[in-house]
Amino acid sequence: MLRYAIHRLLLMIPTLIGVAIVVFFMLRVVPGDVVEVKLRGDGGNVSEETLKLERQRLGLDKPLIAQFGDWMIGLATLDLGKSMWTDRPVIEEIGIRLELSLQVAVMATIIAVLIAIPMGTLAALLRDSWIDYVVRLVTIGGLAVPSFWLGMLLMLSLLTLFNWLPPITFTPLYVDPVANLTQLIWPALAVGYRYSAVVARMVRSSLLEVLNEDYIRTARAKGVFENIVVSRHALRNALLPAITVIGLEFAFLIGGLVVTEQVFNLNGIGKLFVQSVSRNDFTLIQGMVMMIALFYMLVNLTVDMLYAAFDPRIRYR
Amino acid sequence: MLTAVSVPPPQAAAQRTSVAGPLLAVENIHVQFATDGGIIRAVEGLSFSINPGEIVAVVGESGSGKSVSALSIMRLLPRRSGRVTNGRILFEGQDLLHLPEEEMRAIRGRDIAMIFQEPMTSLNPILTVGFQIMEPLKIHRGMNDAEAGPRAVELMRLVGISDAERRLGQYPHQFSGGMRQRVMIAIGLACNPKLIIADEPTTALDVTIQAQILELMKDLARRFNIALIVITHNLGIVARYADRVIVMYSGRLVEQGPAEAIFHRPRHPYTMGLLRAVPRLDRPRGAQLETIEGLPPSLAAPPIGCRFAPRCAHALDACGHEPPLVAIEPGHFSACIRAADIAAGRIASTAPASAATQTSAVAEPAPLLSIRGLTKHFTIKQGLLGKKTALRAVEDVNFDIFPGETLGLVGESGCGKTTVGRLILRLEEPTAGEIRFEGVDLGGADPAALRAVRRRIQVIFQDPYSSLNPRMTVGQIVGEPLHVYGLVADAAAAVRRVADLLEQVGLRPEISARYPHQLSGGQRQRVGIARALAMEPRFIVCDEAVSALDVSIQGQIINLLEDLQRRYGLSYLFIAHDLAVVRHISMRVVVMYLGRIMEIADRDTLYREPLHPYTKLLLDAAPVPDPDIEKARQPRLIIGELPSPLAPPTGCVFSTRCPLAGPECSQTVPALREVRPGHLAACLKI
Repeated sequence: MLRYAIHRLLLMIPTLIGVAIVVFFMLRVVPGDVVEVKLRGDGGNVSEETLKLERQRLGLDKPLIAQFGDWMIGLATLDLGKSMWTDRPVIEEIGIRLELSLQVAVMATIIAVLIAIPMGTLAALLRDSWIDYVVRLVTIGGLAVPSFWLGMLLMLSLLTLFNWLPPITFTPLYVDPVANLTQLIWPALAVGYRYSAVVARMVRSSLLEVLNEDYIRTARAKGVFENIVVSRHALRNALLPAITVIGLEFAFLIGGLVVTEQVFNLNGIGKLFVQSVSRNDFTLIQGMVMMIALFYMLVNLTVDMLYAAFDPRIRYR
Repeated sequence: MLTAVSVPPPQAAAQRTSVAGPLLAVENIHVQFATDGGIIRAVEGLSFSINPGEIVAVVGESGSGKSVSALSIMRLLPRRSGRVTNGRILFEGQDLLHLPEEEMRAIRGRDIAMIFQEPMTSLNPILTVGFQIMEPLKIHRGMNDAEAGPRAVELMRLVGISDAERRLGQYPHQFSGGMRQRVMIAIGLACNPKLIIADEPTTALDVTIQAQILELMKDLARRFNIALIVITHNLGIVARYADRVIVMYSGRLVEQGPAEAIFHRPRHPYTMGLLRAVPRLDRPRGAQLETIEGLPPSLAAPPIGCRFAPRCAHALDACGHEPPLVAIEPGHFSACIRAADIAAGRIASTAPASAATQTSAVAEPAPLLSIRGLTKHFTIKQGLLGKKTALRAVEDVNFDIFPGETLGLVGESGCGKTTVGRLILRLEEPTAGEIRFEGVDLGGADPAALRAVRRRIQVIFQDPYSSLNPRMTVGQIVGEPLHVYGLVADAAAAVRRVADLLEQVGLRPEISARYPHQLSGGQRQRVGIARALAMEPRFIVCDEAVSALDVSIQGQIINLLEDLQRRYGLSYLFIAHDLAVVRHISMRVVVMYLGRIMEIADRDTLYREPLHPYTKLLLDAAPVPDPDIEKARQPRLIIGELPSPLAPPTGCVFSTRCPLAGPECSQTVPALREVRPGHLAACLKI
């Protein structure tokens, strides 16, 4: 198993190189560059000479192949370069926002799992009862309501009901947990609702399927107590597909909370992404794409390992 | 096979015999299912009883209500749709239908255990086998792990699982199908139940494994005085097992009596038809199989009166009234108003419309299909970078098929018989060897020639449910090859040809507008045959073509295949695991084991005087629908399980399970040699 994990980790290297190549050339197809946005963006009248100097400084005047070579060498030495806009190292730019995004993602996942598994299980067990209908309504709502809109509703109700708004500046969890949580619980709730809807629907349908399996009938024929039939015999089998969904959603949350972050005024990865794209900040975009790709791969590996832990039929060699 | 283990006699044995009357009495139960298509009356007015230690078989075709009755006894019907609307189920005098759920749960697994059909799916894949065996002990006996563990080991030994301590910690996927069924039996036995209900316990297993499981269950039931209800469609199993037989048809009991009486003096036309429709292993093949014409009625709208009347050759006007169950002799009941006529011999068993009896192959020197040295290895990659292993599916197979001949190909699962069929159809590329059809080497043929040859080689698959495209009408399915190969001039001609083909396989042309799900299994298989015939083939590979069908329908399809053979001079390669069916339809038979041919012989010679020890044991293992023969013989069981084709035994592949094997057998691979004219066997000991 350990050998398999190491093997999979090694296999990530060629994938990441592929991602690096694709993202590099895709960005170069886009017209314009960071220098133009920076110096002429607001209609400023800057001479061609200055632009040229600035391009020289950033290495944008070199032939494409040389730029690509720099990018690959940088990757090989784990150096993502500096942001073309702020001149701060890319790692640093991402690092200060990743903490926040990661925390929101983890909190949303915890909220989603805590809500989804009981909700999906109840709905499956009491299929077609009023509880099932309520669950279905709630989950369809979760899929239909955009997280940012729910976030706006949350903020508005906090304001009107309690005349209070969460803090806007980010305090790390280890500095002041209360300030941290009072800020981040709201986006986590807004995102977690949709997340829980996706997972709950998966739990419900896969549990319904498992409850029809022959081995559930066997368990009942043995005289196993019904609650144990569900918890020990059915639910463990039914959670496997849910794990996949949880993993994919989690990876998505790292980079995909663009609008929700705006609503809550969070300085997270999503916001950084939008900024760097609108500024044509090539190095920063490249670095973020690499990081998100790596995240997806790690989550996939974790999901596969969890599968093996849950299901003895899956053994990796 | 059974290790002698001292099992403490069930404590309840003394009380058990003290209960007066039958152990279980089912009284006039009715079971209904609410479906979108209306109410299905799955069981109507079923009554029977079983005494302690008795073995009762419930026989019937699919949809007869036999499994539903069993689930009703356990109160395990699908909760949302199925319910028992009427009647009583008395277990030791207690009406199970009115017991609170908690008390019923306590009875399940403790007093009544159930064994299901599919050993592959009936065990929980993520729990260890040991846990699953110990679970009922913990629930019903209040044992802890330390107490239940040794008992689980003991149970596993009892059902013939060696190395029990180690295997306790393994998961179901590490067990073969036969071993999983043993585990199921061990679970059933765990709490010394008074009654075990086995629903088709061996249907999913190979013949040799089936025989082992049957012997085991019978032996255990006798030793521990457990009453056994065996639900099956296989009359051979009934003959081997049962003290008493209950025959069900369309949700009703039609005949009940001692096994010997049912087999020798059936008094219901359905039972009589069923017994005649089974191909027999113990008798030379006669003319066509007698069949029960027509289809079982729909349970949503069953016929009024006797449900069998529409298919019965002896029906009278009075059959429009529901027939009472009448006693013919002590303990033998029939639900036929003409039972007395049958007993008096006034109704002869219908003489079969015997057409030309034997379709003997015309002695023609040139074989239609000739296979030489055919070998197929599949490469199995272990792990991502792991080494590659060859799975030897087919190894050096040689045989010929002559025009107008049916060659039977038998063997257990994993013997490579289906792969041979797929290689002939060019669905797989052979690793080595040559397949010649009409003298053309299929391997060397150019695409155009191959296309022309393909037309003349067709296939009929096993599963009529999944081998027809659900989104195409019957007309489209049968007509598709006509268009693809340009066999018809225009659309009108295609419609005429499809109608003609459907008629040839005994379907009404109107059926061409229907979709596969609107047809019964037998009708679907007829559509599959019509599709194959559309290409005007000379040769058809029938891969388990009748295995999925009920006995009465199976007979109809076999007769159809024989009839078409006579009309068009077709040749068949008939791949099957059922020895009796192969005996009935084939002229020559090839026996395969683990990728190799063990024996080739004329049908009658093979079944009368088999040479190879494997063939002998295979024939011994197959049950015969005659209780006298079954009770008299002591079946020699093939020991052990099929070795893995990834690491087949050296020398003779059968040597690990062969009773005659000597040291030389594991060294040399025996060649297939002609022991008698036309009779080939691959064994050093002959």
